[in-house]
Amino acid sequence: MDYVKPTIEYAELSPLLIVLAVACLGVIVEAFLPRERRHVVQSTLAGVGVLAALGATIAVGLNLDPAGADGAGQGLVGAEGSIVVDGPTIYLWGLVLVFALGGVALFAERKLEAGVSAFAGQAAALPGTDAEREASTKGLAHTEVYPLVMFAVAGMLLFPASGDLLTMFVALEVLSLPLYLLCGLARRRRLLSQEAAMKYFLLGAFSSGFFLYGLALVYGYAGSMDLAAINEAVVNGADNEILLILGIALLSVGLLFKVGAVPFQAWTPDVYQGAPTAVTAFMSAGTKVAAFGAMLRLFYVGFGADRWDWQPMLWVVAILTMLVGAVVAIAQTDVKRMLAYSAIAHTGFLITGVLGLQSAGELADGQITSLQAVLFYLTSYGVASLGAFALVTVVRDANGESSSFARWTGLGKRSPLVAGLFAFFLLSMAGIPLTAGFVGKWAVFTVAMSAGAWPVVLVAIASSIIAVYFYVRFIRLMYFTDPEPGVEVAEVTTASPLTGLTIAVCAAATLFLGVVPGPVLDLAVHAGDFIR
Amino acid sequence: MLTTLILVPLVGALVIAALPAVNARVIALGVTAVTLGLGIAVAVMYDVDGGMQMTEQVSWIEAFGVHYALGVDGLGLLLVLLTVVLVPIVLVADWNAGDENPKAFYGWVLALEALSLAVFLATDVFLFYVVFEATLIPAYFLVGGFGKAGRSAAAQKFLMFQLAGGLVLLASVIGLYVVSSQQGAPSYLLSDLMALDIGTEAGRWLFLGFFIAFAIKAPLFPVHTWLADTTEKATPGTSVLLVCVLDKIGTFGMLRFCLGIFPEASQWATPVVVTIAVISIIYGALVAIGQDDVLRLIGLTSLSHFGFITLGIFVFSSQGGSGAILYMVNHGLGTAALFLVAGYLIKRRGTTLISEMGGIEKVTPVLAGLLLVAGLATLGLPGLSPFVSEFLVLLAAFDYGWWVGALAVTGIVLAAIYVLWMYQRIMTGPTPPEVEATPDGTLREIAAVAPLMVALVFFGFFPKPLLETSNPYVADLMIHVGVTDDEPTVALAEEAGR
Repeated sequence: MDYVKPTIEYAELSPLLIVLAVACLGVIVEAFLPRERRHVVQSTLAGVGVLAALGATIAVGLNLDPAGADGAGQGLVGAEGSIVVDGPTIYLWGLVLVFALGGVALFAERKLEAGVSAFAGQAAALPGTDAEREASTKGLAHTEVYPLVMFAVAGMLLFPASGDLLTMFVALEVLSLPLYLLCGLARRRRLLSQEAAMKYFLLGAFSSGFFLYGLALVYGYAGSMDLAAINEAVVNGADNEILLILGIALLSVGLLFKVGAVPFQAWTPDVYQGAPTAVTAFMSAGTKVAAFGAMLRLFYVGFGADRWDWQPMLWVVAILTMLVGAVVAIAQTDVKRMLAYSAIAHTGFLITGVLGLQSAGELADGQITSLQAVLFYLTSYGVASLGAFALVTVVRDANGESSSFARWTGLGKRSPLVAGLFAFFLLSMAGIPLTAGFVGKWAVFTVAMSAGAWPVVLVAIASSIIAVYFYVRFIRLMYFTDPEPGVEVAEVTTASPLTGLTIAVCAAATLFLGVVPGPVLDLAVHAGDFIR
Repeated sequence: MLTTLILVPLVGALVIAALPAVNARVIALGVTAVTLGLGIAVAVMYDVDGGMQMTEQVSWIEAFGVHYALGVDGLGLLLVLLTVVLVPIVLVADWNAGDENPKAFYGWVLALEALSLAVFLATDVFLFYVVFEATLIPAYFLVGGFGKAGRSAAAQKFLMFQLAGGLVLLASVIGLYVVSSQQGAPSYLLSDLMALDIGTEAGRWLFLGFFIAFAIKAPLFPVHTWLADTTEKATPGTSVLLVCVLDKIGTFGMLRFCLGIFPEASQWATPVVVTIAVISIIYGALVAIGQDDVLRLIGLTSLSHFGFITLGIFVFSSQGGSGAILYMVNHGLGTAALFLVAGYLIKRRGTTLISEMGGIEKVTPVLAGLLLVAGLATLGLPGLSPFVSEFLVLLAAFDYGWWVGALAVTGIVLAAIYVLWMYQRIMTGPTPPEVEATPDGTLREIAAVAPLMVALVFFGFFPKPLLETSNPYVADLMIHVGVTDDEPTVALAEEAGR
């Protein structure tokens, strides 16, 4: 049998390769460098790696060639058809890397815990044992988190860029496995953290199984893993349509689990609450970007011609997700859980955007497309979520981070700046004008309305009203409620510039995208269509 | 020019927020004085027959067809003037409202002024929506942060109602985008939207979203419940800003957007809207009679007044339209005076309950006089300016249907009851010994409401400037909605004034 050497477009794939290389380098550093120097080297390495990848992404993005049947897209299908570097890919890469940069900065924060990071001293030491105490008195901290997060980032980069289902599956695993591990590494409340990791892993493994099963069925239908070939088969109407429909359903389960859509949302609050907050911050923004990127590519590129089969399903999922997220959030008494349910509601809004019109033929000149709307929403939600979780890390009491509502009561009087910024991020999530969230919401509602999905939009409006209730209630709690006498309240601990800068950049971006969304919208517009 | 008008208070707010250790009150007073000056300059430069003028237009979000577009017409000018006049008056009258946290109070007041001005000047629906919603944030913090116990619940209720209305409006704003992009390039410019051919059914649905939002804002029965709670808990000054300035956005929006963009749907909805308006007039007055909290009472009288304004707008005549616009201005002046004078009394007596005030007429004759004039203005006594507008609206209502007019007139009778009974319970009666030493109105307090009193009397006898500003706007609007009749003459109104 002849062996043909595969062609790899190293230049175009450089962002992905840089991140993977840095991850591998991190493993080597972990093995060979003395413990006391690892933190600095690892965090610098990760930060520089992400920056380099970001630079490479920009360079690649500036040099994309026009492509696609009608010249609506740009880019190339690389790595023997398994990785697609097109406009949307570049946009999503940039977004993931920006959030990764924020994530790494939060990971590197050591001032809040007085000299150690927010991660467990020794993950293998059982909670409550002498070994654990020894690890903390020695001031140990896991630095494996940096290579782990870099692998996760690599998975997030690959996921939305996958040109075939198998690559997509591999990317899904590469992004998920490190995250499962990271979730269990909290320094404080370790049992909660480990429980979160366990739940996330078990449910995640199930959903991966579903994804794999769906992949097999679609292969059975189309005879190919390649998204372009699948599209071909769908257009030409191959036999055994039942395989296709079942396949789409099972693939959707895998994707909907990752984005946290109802009925696969149950893990979200537990994991968001239990994971170290820096991980939650990165994960809530990054995973959503990657998974929605993959979902858009799968549905628009692979199954675009079969819209009528998957669209009703997404209608139902979107409606349920928005309502469940918004309604259940009202009952929460923990900031991280509240943000988790709000994340579920936002998933619903994003799916509302996915329902919109995509092909240029159905739209008027200059009208915003579904893809652009979702890309912008991911940006606006990501910065608000990253910023909000970053703020959670600095509100602390004697036992570390303090996320129960009772502790946050009256924070506006004690720390106007932190409370003000948190309120600002909440207002952005609530979609109040002059914040990024409003423009995002406007965009996804508009594309859904243009596609005639007005019932979904009406439900989205209703859930927005419900969501406003719990956001505003929390602002009221921070500003206009006095703490109960005798209840210990949380104070703001001064963080290092790493956390401070992350929060500041997120706040600035939220304001900027709300007041002058033009430049970023233009980026999304210039990203063009997916190519096959 | 118009941008400067908005920017001045906005920058003032930012300065107060950003600089530590500044005397926020001094800055706020200075900034509102400059804004007042700019507002007057706009009025001087305004050409009454020029339609929309001093326009500014810059593309803002190209992908959405959104412009930063400002312009002023007769309707906008009157409300801009009302805003720039009322804000400094409130700051002077409610002198100590912000003592607890001056930076927050004055910062939010200035932000509210800037955003309200932007609302009245926006000529792009998207821009209008953005500032319309944004005004809620300063208002929320003013209600929640300053006032009496229970204010945070009132603030939450206020914000929930308003944002719910705002989100319903969002659905319609999005619908407009869809309709407009089906007919060429999407655009949110008011002028483009007014020329748009919206189908009957689509138009009616979209109209509904706009109307619901404005009905909550104004407010009208049955979505008025936030109003009483908010005015009761907030400081009198905040209530003036909310009821006399912010709530005008509701009726302003009905004129500019409901009638402007959806003339057909507006006429289709008239019977229902008129019914709601009449219910608001009578219901608001009836509930006001039964109130013991003076601020709550004044808040509820506004429900009745907004019923009149809405009635004037939706009877579709020049008289009604001009009457409604005049009513918006006069209600702003009269109710502001009432709120502020009531605030003086509350400060002296340490209670907002009418039943506990009793009998201070003799010790505070000046305050009693001020309350009486403000009260008489509110009940529409001839010779004071609210009478002119009420008269015009009622004439228009009788033209629309005698039974509508007849029902609306009962509002005036009821107004006499709530105002005079309130005055009687607060002022007259035996003077209790503990209030013997109550000081009368100070110079600052009198000076603050003096301009309002002068305006009430002046426009009562001489409504010509107001009418001449509003008439061309209403005439254009009536042509746009397809109604032809005679505009109300100055002579008619002056006759009413006598």
